[in-house]
Amino acid sequence: MKLECRNICKLYGEGTTASRALDTISFETGEGEFLSVIGPSGCGKSTLLKIIAGLLPPTEGTVTYTGDNPGTPLNSMVFQEHGVFPWMNVIDNVAFGLEMRHVPRKERYAQSMEFLKKVGLASYATRNPHELSVGMRQRIAIARAFVNNPAILLMDEPFGSLDAQTRLILQDELLNIWSEHRKTVIFVTHDIDEAILLGDRVMVMSGSPGKIQEIIDIDFQRPRDLRIESTREFIDIRIRIWNILRAEVGRSIGGDNHGAGN
Amino acid sequence: MVQGTDRARYTVLPLLSLTGILVLWEICGRMGFLNPLFFPVPSRIIASGISMLLDGEMQENLSVTLFRVFAGFLLGTIPGILLGLFMGASERTRLLLDPVVAALYPIPKLAIFPLLMIIFGIGETSRIAAVAIGCFFLVLINSMAGVRNISRVYFEVAENYGASQWQLLTRIILPASLPLIFTGIRLALGTSLIVVVGVEFVSANYGIGAMIWNSWETFEIEKLYVGIFLCALLGLLFTVVLKKAEERITPWFGHQVFPDQE
Repeated sequence: MKLECRNICKLYGEGTTASRALDTISFETGEGEFLSVIGPSGCGKSTLLKIIAGLLPPTEGTVTYTGDNPGTPLNSMVFQEHGVFPWMNVIDNVAFGLEMRHVPRKERYAQSMEFLKKVGLASYATRNPHELSVGMRQRIAIARAFVNNPAILLMDEPFGSLDAQTRLILQDELLNIWSEHRKTVIFVTHDIDEAILLGDRVMVMSGSPGKIQEIIDIDFQRPRDLRIESTREFIDIRIRIWNILRAEVGRSIGGDNHGAGN
Repeated sequence: MVQGTDRARYTVLPLLSLTGILVLWEICGRMGFLNPLFFPVPSRIIASGISMLLDGEMQENLSVTLFRVFAGFLLGTIPGILLGLFMGASERTRLLLDPVVAALYPIPKLAIFPLLMIIFGIGETSRIAAVAIGCFFLVLINSMAGVRNISRVYFEVAENYGASQWQLLTRIILPASLPLIFTGIRLALGTSLIVVVGVEFVSANYGIGAMIWNSWETFEIEKLYVGIFLCALLGLLFTVVLKKAEERITPWFGHQVFPDQE
């Protein structure tokens, strides 16, 4: 399954006071590609993801899914945080998408259990989310998206609120599950290292209005792990991305010494 | 996990204050600091209560009042929850009905009791109707707030995972608004006690309110206190039972049910 975005624009508000959140965004993903999207906060990357998910209509432009779709959902989203329902236990949260599609209880539990094992939460199946840590809750959200078996996975800064160590572990787990299922993933993040470590390509965006600055190929072999982060190549890419972002970030936090104009 | 000492603390301390006040009252009364005409000592009130229990007077009044409270409570609460959920979920209904609710809600329910007697006649129906109306608005307003406080991300997850309108109602809207529905129920039970006693003052031969009123007319001061004690006990009982039910049904409450929206 592939995704193609053509000239996507998004305006909030109307008339002269309208603000442009996204400006002519065009890109496509390959089959089974892991695409990282990085940009400063407020660059519209979450908005873009919601448009791709069909949760927001674009003001202009089209989102096209092409390829075989054997009756499974087009996309499933992993939300930033708080997307896990506190009133359902762990396994009902994971099985939520299947339940919405009326998969019989026994079958959806069996499938959910399989993914709970993969994220190391099998023994927590009947616990309530509030008894679990933030990292565990994000694992639930990831398992919920994978078990739904979508054509394309959309992830909106899923590790944004985790501490550095937990983040490393979840990145690793995500790569493991992904390499097993090879779904097309669009992964939004504001962490440069995370974008490079996970992605086949990194799409770098700038803000107000949100635009694509550059799409960078990441050629590290898979399976990848933390070790690639100390290679020359990694550092070069990181500096390259930072150089694009620095001007942007400087502009958004204000001051004279960061901007591209100096 | 509740430790042994914790359990002792949670049950003993609250009881301590209650019994402490009664003991202090008893001592002050016996030492002659309190006029027994107005403030009979607790032991005499309890003795009077026991004799009323033995000749059946207490059960008779209590059962009549409890029937009115529960009948009115059910008749008011169930439509209140349903309409509240509906008004919370549908903006159009809310815009249409909100002014009506806002105008009717602040009217003291006892103020419309004479009207209810004209409509339903002097009998059980008008008394139960007064209780029901008192419960209805409290539950309605809180259920509506419960729906409107649901974090948007839950709706986005439900939409993304393909929930139908019915699934949205039963799996998201209803459970997510339960904590505030419970708040409404708690307030409604308290109000139903107030309304039932007020109504029984003026238009009933039996019931705790009637019992208190009759004791005032015949100046049976201890009986009057028995009535007040019964009200206090009922209120306490309602609170404890509801709290237990709440802990069972919404154990997640207080654990990011209404996370801050970005």
